[in-house]
Amino acid sequence: MRDINQADSKFAANGDSLNGGSPEKRREVPPDLFIKCPKCREMLLSRDLTLKVCPRCGHHFRLTAKERISSVLDDPDRFIELDTDIKSSDPLQFVSKSQAYSAKLADIEKSTDLTDTIVTGMGHIEGIPVSLAVMDFRFIGGSMGAATGERITRTFERGIQHQCGAVIFTASGGARMQENLFSLFQMAKTTAALTKLSAAKQPFICVLTDPTTGGVTASFAALGDIILAEPGALVGFAGPLVIEQALHQKLPPDTDTSEFALAHGMIDAVVDRRSLRPTLGRILRLYGG
Amino acid sequence: MTYDLDFERPLAELEKRIQSLRSKRPEKINTSEIASLEQELSERTAEIYSGLTPWQRVLVARHKNRPYTADYIRFLFNDFFEMRGDRAFGDDHAILTGIASFNGQTVVIIGNQKGRDIKEKQECNFGLAHPEGYRKAQRVMQHAEKFGFPVITFVDTAGAFPGLESEERGISEAIADNLLLMAVLRTPIVSIVIGEGGSGGALGIGVADRTLMMENSVYTVAAPEAAASILWKDSSFAHQAAEAMKITADDLYHLKLIDGIVPEPIGGAHKDPRTAANYVGEALKEEMRYVQAISLDMLLEQRYQKLRSIGAPDSLAALKR
Ligand SMILES: [Zn+2]
Repeated sequence: MRDINQADSKFAANGDSLNGGSPEKRREVPPDLFIKCPKCREMLLSRDLTLKVCPRCGHHFRLTAKERISSVLDDPDRFIELDTDIKSSDPLQFVSKSQAYSAKLADIEKSTDLTDTIVTGMGHIEGIPVSLAVMDFRFIGGSMGAATGERITRTFERGIQHQCGAVIFTASGGARMQENLFSLFQMAKTTAALTKLSAAKQPFICVLTDPTTGGVTASFAALGDIILAEPGALVGFAGPLVIEQALHQKLPPDTDTSEFALAHGMIDAVVDRRSLRPTLGRILRLYGG
Repeated sequence: MTYDLDFERPLAELEKRIQSLRSKRPEKINTSEIASLEQELSERTAEIYSGLTPWQRVLVARHKNRPYTADYIRFLFNDFFEMRGDRAFGDDHAILTGIASFNGQTVVIIGNQKGRDIKEKQECNFGLAHPEGYRKAQRVMQHAEKFGFPVITFVDTAGAFPGLESEERGISEAIADNLLLMAVLRTPIVSIVIGEGGSGGALGIGVADRTLMMENSVYTVAAPEAAASILWKDSSFAHQAAEAMKITADDLYHLKLIDGIVPEPIGGAHKDPRTAANYVGEALKEEMRYVQAISLDMLLEQRYQKLRSIGAPDSLAALKR
């Protein structure tokens, strides 16, 4: 974990790390590589970015799960990753366009550092133990398959077991079509598991990151005791592209952003990534963590 | 014309021949020829419907004459009183709710309603519910719990409404809240998919102790057309997507994701809605007996274990054995 968290705790926002290359590769990239901010269009020196946030306009680049874990835990080296044996078993033996889903899974596992769309385990935020789960959009669009739902369920169960809160960072395009109803029913399963954590009076803090849409938003992610979102993230049920296609309706430019969700009463706060860890610490302390 | 789907073309031709024989002057009508053609029609219908592909079932599930929630209410329940409005924003006609007597017992009914004619379709927004529809459903579920009425839900929607108003009023939260409530609602819930079970919009009223599907209904995480356009890069591969996704009652029963299949009259529920309703009524009576035969605490524990096991490593391994 340490090697992706550079000494000055900055992430290099170069093309390689955005695409989730291996840490080994990342070290070969010159530290002064230029990167263009998609929002303000400035050419930036990657070493000027803190936690992959544009220093000029505050645009938040997407993080990989490992980068997220490094950014949010006190000591990423002491993160205990769990559930890595819970992987999609391709229950429908799905094949599309002569591509087997199982082969696709194997490819993605090889090209990323991931075994599913979510990384789960135990760690500490400002000294407080948390059951942590972090989604990674690179793994089939962050879609929720049966393994994803199982890992989320176990994240809630570990909160009960260890008497601590659950913190989940979402990044998801929604359902895993290759698992059809096994995917859809994870919405019900994760939500049911959450009722057990709630009965144990442990808080669930959900942080919505870019992008979070579909089945994830319409299940556990909408049910955080506290819901935070990163600035400018795409956050919504259908998302503006689907709405514009389905209804040929022109939407206001901020539709389905974190700020839109805040304005419509769906979330508690929009929090800059650079102050996310202290914010989470402050909240967790209030629950006696 | 009764037979209007593509794969029913041979049936439509037989029907046409029968019609033209019938329309002759009375003295020229050949009753034995008509009888033999009718016999052939019913045999061919049974033959075609016994081997429908998943995509053909999608077409039957979406058929314009297929019985809807309101039809089942009319056929199967007495003294239906419609409960309207979410008490906060409005009344969504895409979800129909109320109390009624079923088999001598008061129950709460929740169902997606697509609408039959153009006017009704528009009022029902083609069965695509807004947040206030799910919140109305939530209100009547809490009502069911309060009075100890069992809940029966009829699932039949392509999904929740994907629009600006839905997002503004919190469609995600409305669906999620229902999932949460149905996981712990202290009264029995029986759900039946009568047509299309489409995505979170369907599940938002579909978490239950017992889940049934009608023979020609389908249950999908995304419409086959949508899955095809993403995974096949071409929505015209919808029939391949329908096949691969395992969306039929038969497939989902074998995957242990639903609890039972309700048969339909030959040629689909839309050919004979009353008979279809009778089959549904019989199945619901049986499920009601089942869920009311055990204590509520036991039922809730079973409901939780059922949800907890979906897609869990053990249950997936058991499927492969
Ligand atoms: Zn910028």
